[in-house]
Amino acid sequence: MDSVQFLLFLILFPLISALFMLAVRRDTDREWIVKLSALALGAVTVLLLVTQFGQGTLYFGFNAEPVSLLMFALEMVISVIILWFAVRFRNYLVIGLTLVETALIIWFESAATPAVVVKNPLFLDQFSIIMALIVGIIGSLICVYSLGYMRHFYQHHTGIPDRTNTFFIIIFVFLSAMFGLVFSNSLTWVFFFWEVTTLCSFLLIGFTKTEEATKNAFTALWMNLLGGIAFAAAIVYLTYQPAGMLGIDQVLVSGKALVLIPAALIGFAGLTKAAQMPFSSWLVGAMVAPTPVSALLHSSTMVKAGVYILVRFAPVFAGTAVGYTLAFVGAFTFLIASGIAISQSNAKRVLAYSTIANLGLVVACAGIGTYEAIWAAILLIVFHAISKSLMFLSVGTVEHRIKSREIEDMNGLIVRMPRIAAIMTIGIAGMFLAPFGMLISKWAAIQAFINAPFGLAFVVILVFGSALTLFFWAKWMGRLLVITPDAENVEGLVDKNEWIALVSLAGLTVVTCFIFPLISAYLIEPFLLANYGSVANLSQDNIIIMMMMLFLIVLLPLSILLPHKKARTLPPYMGGVETSHDMHFQNALGARTEMKLANYYVGSWFGEAKLAMTGICLCSAFIVLMFAAAVLGGGAFL
Amino acid sequence: MISLAWAAAFILLAPAIGGFIAGIDRKITAHMQGRVGPSVFQPFYDVGKLFEKEGAMVNETQRYYVLSYFVFAIFAGALFFAGGNLLLVVFALTLAEVFLVLGAYSANSPYSHVGAERELLQIMAYEPMLLLAVVGMYVVTHSFDAIDVAGFPTLLVLLLPGVFLGFIYILTFKLRKSPFDISTSHHAHQEIVKGVTTEFSGPNLAFIELAHWYEVVLMLGFVFLFFAASWIVALIAIIIVYLLELAIDNTNARVKWQLAVKSSWAITLVLGALNIAVLYLIGRA
Amino acid sequence: MAYLQKSPWIIHYDASSCNGCDIEILACLTPMYDVERFGILNTGNPKHADIFVVTGSVNEQNKYVIRNIYDQMPDPKVVVAIGICATSGGIFRECYNVAGGIDTIIPVDVYVPGCAARPESIIDGIVKALGILEEKKAAMATGAPAEVPAPAVAAGKLAGGA
Repeated sequence: MDSVQFLLFLILFPLISALFMLAVRRDTDREWIVKLSALALGAVTVLLLVTQFGQGTLYFGFNAEPVSLLMFALEMVISVIILWFAVRFRNYLVIGLTLVETALIIWFESAATPAVVVKNPLFLDQFSIIMALIVGIIGSLICVYSLGYMRHFYQHHTGIPDRTNTFFIIIFVFLSAMFGLVFSNSLTWVFFFWEVTTLCSFLLIGFTKTEEATKNAFTALWMNLLGGIAFAAAIVYLTYQPAGMLGIDQVLVSGKALVLIPAALIGFAGLTKAAQMPFSSWLVGAMVAPTPVSALLHSSTMVKAGVYILVRFAPVFAGTAVGYTLAFVGAFTFLIASGIAISQSNAKRVLAYSTIANLGLVVACAGIGTYEAIWAAILLIVFHAISKSLMFLSVGTVEHRIKSREIEDMNGLIVRMPRIAAIMTIGIAGMFLAPFGMLISKWAAIQAFINAPFGLAFVVILVFGSALTLFFWAKWMGRLLVITPDAENVEGLVDKNEWIALVSLAGLTVVTCFIFPLISAYLIEPFLLANYGSVANLSQDNIIIMMMMLFLIVLLPLSILLPHKKARTLPPYMGGVETSHDMHFQNALGARTEMKLANYYVGSWFGEAKLAMTGICLCSAFIVLMFAAAVLGGGAFL
Repeated sequence: MISLAWAAAFILLAPAIGGFIAGIDRKITAHMQGRVGPSVFQPFYDVGKLFEKEGAMVNETQRYYVLSYFVFAIFAGALFFAGGNLLLVVFALTLAEVFLVLGAYSANSPYSHVGAERELLQIMAYEPMLLLAVVGMYVVTHSFDAIDVAGFPTLLVLLLPGVFLGFIYILTFKLRKSPFDISTSHHAHQEIVKGVTTEFSGPNLAFIELAHWYEVVLMLGFVFLFFAASWIVALIAIIIVYLLELAIDNTNARVKWQLAVKSSWAITLVLGALNIAVLYLIGRA
Repeated sequence: MAYLQKSPWIIHYDASSCNGCDIEILACLTPMYDVERFGILNTGNPKHADIFVVTGSVNEQNKYVIRNIYDQMPDPKVVVAIGICATSGGIFRECYNVAGGIDTIIPVDVYVPGCAARPESIIDGIVKALGILEEKKAAMATGAPAEVPAPAVAAGKLAGGA
């Protein structure tokens, strides 16, 4: 298969699946289509990796005029759809923003001369392969998971009409758009796919059609529209550049001063898409959507598109005030979002804030833009996508069983749902514990920041934020692992499709830690070499040591099976008070009381309201500085 | 490069050294309190006794958590003395601590639960400073490897005085001494009964104690790094630092965790971060 | 090696004592008598303790507590009853609310009578207990039952509630 055929397959095949989904009437048909599509997408992405990883950067040139025209038409359709919803719900902000954005689109389409048309609209390099793998493997697994999840969802919400088909159609369109995004060299194409993801996100957040869902969907919409406007403005700016620089490859090789303004604008767009402060509330609000949506869009793929474009532009950001201010937005978002996560007891909100925080770290790396920082950034993207999607899917399964998303209700889950709790433990460990992936990435980030000019500030922010993340992850993990005697095992019949996804992702979490040296050597380092002329990696010794740690962690649980004398079981110490087996006791007034344990949330320090306001003010200030730096240092406009 | 000989020496000798330090600790503390105190070999008797006790547990998983804590504490120390990457040493140590915390959580007991929460708060309090100490060493020596830091010709403490003082501050946490022994404490101090170690008994408790000795030796190894250019000065510094910790322990009451965390963070910023920033300014980075 | 003898950790419980014996026990820990010389630590956690030091007599409320603490101590363990109230009920023996000495609930190994028992007697009693502790450890090693089974106590009030 010719390289470009892989790309076209990945972009177009999900659309075919979506078309088939229109005609589906029976559950079994739907299962077949989704599973076959998932298998196809996963297999082709792996095939893509295997055949293309050594090829370097490939550009695919063809006469893309008809496609661009089609995209323009579709962009108008998207605007109309959004306007229709906005008018229906009387959301004047969205109406206004859509009109502005549409005007900008029409502007750059009409102003485009043949000189600005990008000759190589599609391209493929190692970073695209990595992103495609994330979309293709994790996305496919989430699709399989959704079969079980949505069936259960509608079984328990019998009042509302079953729109599972619509759900999968939107998901497939979204997957197609994500593939298109990571394979596009032309910024207008990236923008088109970007807007498609905005629309899909809007439709999926509001999927349950409750009042809260609709409100949050519109919040996500206007924030992402702001980003879209910035993106469109950047394209307008670039359209007027003498050399015509609408291709990413062209932007990267041009002189920095020429492209600082569009870089800042696209940086802003990336910030909104990645839910960085002050635009973080949309991601937190998006948690009302069904869990597969949270896993797919709002942790592993769509928000990654935001940081993806920032990492692409990192060579432009490196060493500039624009880059540094952008990096500070990311760094402070990391710190503050990690703090807020401590005070949250709702599992999905913790995951949302943790996602925002980790994306902030990637943004910080991208803004700094040295090759070491980008190495860390790509590692962060990969490991976070796997672990976070695993966490979201686990929480979704748990929620269906115990009817709650509260961490406190997951007390003793290891007894009530042992296998799910074990999987969740792997997921949480993957997020913060050595030697798992996120720890490797944070390690790489520390080394990158230290070597960057003025990097100390970022190092300090990183070490503090890292300590905060440890607190909220470890206390959640502890909650899961409480051995509550007499608790009933309610694991029951977890849907087979959900199991497939969960076990696969848990396996991936562990396997990627073992093979990350290979990922680094064959994918990330060549990418760095091509774009920066230098490579970064962990020394051989350290890799060996991490392998040792991983082995130990895998081996040590076997110690439970070690032969030992049957030991007496002691009850927990309650100051001498006699307790029943399920921890009830007679209190001082003679009444039967249950002992309950709960985590610290420290709302007085890490409360959402106060900290979010701090983050909003701080990051808004840095964004303003970013634009100021771009304008003062940037080239002539028009 | 990695030196397996040093790592092996650490693994074999650290319990003896750690136990001995613990014994001297109790002896000196006793004399500070006008008592005679136990024999300096008392900690060894304690651990020996614990191994002779019945291996009763609150649940089956406790054995696994304690073993993991023990193994990774040794791992961290062995890596340090082998001359390995200091960041990885800190991460491995954190991993060990998390296992202890998980073991405490698993017991479903109010005292060990509060102990576990406080242990996490404690880790949150001291980890920034610990990492910044490593960062400071890198900034001066341009290496994260303990072997390179130890081989640096200048006394690091002269360039990193603030970082050193900050490190001493958090050393109090790591050694589990007042005023920062909020999650569990030594000897006869009680803290929410025994805090994080409440529900561990017999051999499990013995392993926890041994792991703590390994950690103490590792921490004193860090102190050594600040003075590594001259071994004699380093040894004297370690002795002085430990005596200082004892003096602080015996003259201070335990503080609330809020104060422990806030003060630790403040010290980290003011002493740690500022010190490193100054190094950049004066061009010694 | 006789570790148990060299490192006895105590848990001290005041059953219904007037605190006279308790003050004397705590006095043992002060620099004046300094029992830490013998490696004795007041741990306050039954799971860490070897010697259960009880003062005061048994009544309806504390019999469950004494039983609970005793059960939570890992073997080998000894019980030392300090003061005449713990030994036999003392002057409160005939009271309607007092069941008697500690040995009505758990097996006691050493009795230290006195009202209040002197620190010297207490230390003497503890030292006697150390010998018994070593005997129990030896018995444990050979697999013999560690101690005489304790008298049965009716199930706690938990079943019935208030």
